[in-house]
Amino acid sequence: MLGLSGYEISLITSMGIAVIFALSLNLITGFCGQISLGHAAFYGIGAYSSAMLTKAGMPLAMGMIGAVVLAGAIGIVVGFASLRVRHDFLAITTMGVGFLFLGVMRQWDFVGGEMGVSGIPGSGLGKPGFMILVLGLVVVTVLFSLHLKRSWMGFSFDAIADDEDTARVIGLDVSRYKLAAFAMGTALAGLAGALYAHNVRFIDPESFGFVESITVLAMVVIGGIGSVFGVIFAAAVLSVLPLWIQFIDEYKLLLYGGLLFAMMRFSPGGLAGIAQKLSSRKAVKVPGGGSA
Amino acid sequence: MLYVELLAQGLVQGSIYALVAVGLTLVYGLLRILHVAHAGLFTLGGYIGVLVTNATGSLFLALIVSMMVVGVLGMAIYRLCYQPILDKPPYVALIASIGLFIAMEEIYRIVFGPYGISYQNPPLQSSVEILGLSLRMGEVAVGGGTLVLIGALALFSTKTRFGTVWRATVTDPDMAESFGVDIIKVRYLNFFIGSALAAVAGVMVALLNNLVEPTMGSVPSYKALAIIVLGGLGDVRGTLLAALALGVIEAFGTIYLGNYLDRDAIAFAFLILVLMVRPQGLFGRA
Repeated sequence: MLGLSGYEISLITSMGIAVIFALSLNLITGFCGQISLGHAAFYGIGAYSSAMLTKAGMPLAMGMIGAVVLAGAIGIVVGFASLRVRHDFLAITTMGVGFLFLGVMRQWDFVGGEMGVSGIPGSGLGKPGFMILVLGLVVVTVLFSLHLKRSWMGFSFDAIADDEDTARVIGLDVSRYKLAAFAMGTALAGLAGALYAHNVRFIDPESFGFVESITVLAMVVIGGIGSVFGVIFAAAVLSVLPLWIQFIDEYKLLLYGGLLFAMMRFSPGGLAGIAQKLSSRKAVKVPGGGSA
Repeated sequence: MLYVELLAQGLVQGSIYALVAVGLTLVYGLLRILHVAHAGLFTLGGYIGVLVTNATGSLFLALIVSMMVVGVLGMAIYRLCYQPILDKPPYVALIASIGLFIAMEEIYRIVFGPYGISYQNPPLQSSVEILGLSLRMGEVAVGGGTLVLIGALALFSTKTRFGTVWRATVTDPDMAESFGVDIIKVRYLNFFIGSALAAVAGVMVALLNNLVEPTMGSVPSYKALAIIVLGGLGDVRGTLLAALALGVIEAFGTIYLGNYLDRDAIAFAFLILVLMVRPQGLFGRA
């Protein structure tokens, strides 16, 4: 179909899921400046929800809606944490949420414990159909991100990312916007997780650990915090690079770690920052680069 | 009796957390950086400890070499990695540090192999009876060693001139600088001491488990972050108390909550619970 081999189709599907997942974190960390080191937990909540719902006989659409709702609801709860603690404290708290998720999932027999959930129903659309579904959702996510960035809410996010106290002084309801960012970002991560579950059809707690949280953060940071196209590019490249080249798979973590470090050390604006610098010599400030 | 044993185990584990976390909290107190790569130094400390012990047969020599090498490497990390990005928003250094840590673990895996290395003749394996408790010599060494090192650190920071300068710099860097303190020198010292303590912890964990593996720093790394947050970020006394408390809570929690949460999750459940009630940490000032 479409002249693509089965291998290419699964490659594009994984790529699309990674893009949605990375854009979901970009809403929270990029737009609203709230750093999260436990984003994979919401990806996992989405994956588990959809897996359990569809295994109980619900249709795919119900599984995906359930994933979005549950991940978003728990995301709001974690969002409340961001009202209590800030900056470094928030980074550690979200990291804690990630470990808590893993700890609960490993011990909870209902969701398979360490063994995970296998035999998750496929999409029923066939591989090409599922790829088209994923790509459609990617387009919706991208359009939503771009729209949000130019909306009143996006400007408010930007102000909060830049300087939360000033944003409060000029009368922005900071708490409401932060909760909104967490709700949208985690719900979207839940959607990506549901897609992942029906794509690979087997999930276990280890698929949603700290490394996954860092991987998605790497995509956002390397692409350029807050830059929609930078993040899409980085997510697409970083997700398929290890699948493409076996040699890289062996050294995948070294590559991620090294890139994260080098990017922060030499160009904290990410690829988008570099592109901006190259295209305009006047550019001194990183676009959308808020403080965490 | 079970309670006393759990308490003892918790305190031994807590001592190791304390040694790792003190370095982190020192760095945070001085530079406001969450130095995740610190745990990479802890792992390296373990590797050097095992390698030197196997080569020379002397655990003491291994400990000294490990502290020196890791201490100097800690200073190099400050100079090459953190100093150039100190004026950037805090997440920049945090993410750079995470990247560095992941890269370090991968380098250990590539250089030393994925399965880890062990002592050929593990030292301090005999057991002793103390107050009716049967402890391994290694565990006693961990508890005692931590006590000695932290005591020495306390003496150094309160009784010596350089210690006073150090504390002054942590309290108010600008003021200290205007009094003629070379704050760059203080930062180097800070990284040296913190990293050397992490190296000791690495050697000790290697002793207790008789194994050093590339990822042995992961769990202590995240837990040490939780501990310094609990201790109130930058507060050394709070950090020590939080480390011991966490060790004990884990020891008891594993017995009583083990069916619902695994060991690592208990630490973070405790952390989140505390932060929601006291956002400044258990011992932090509001």
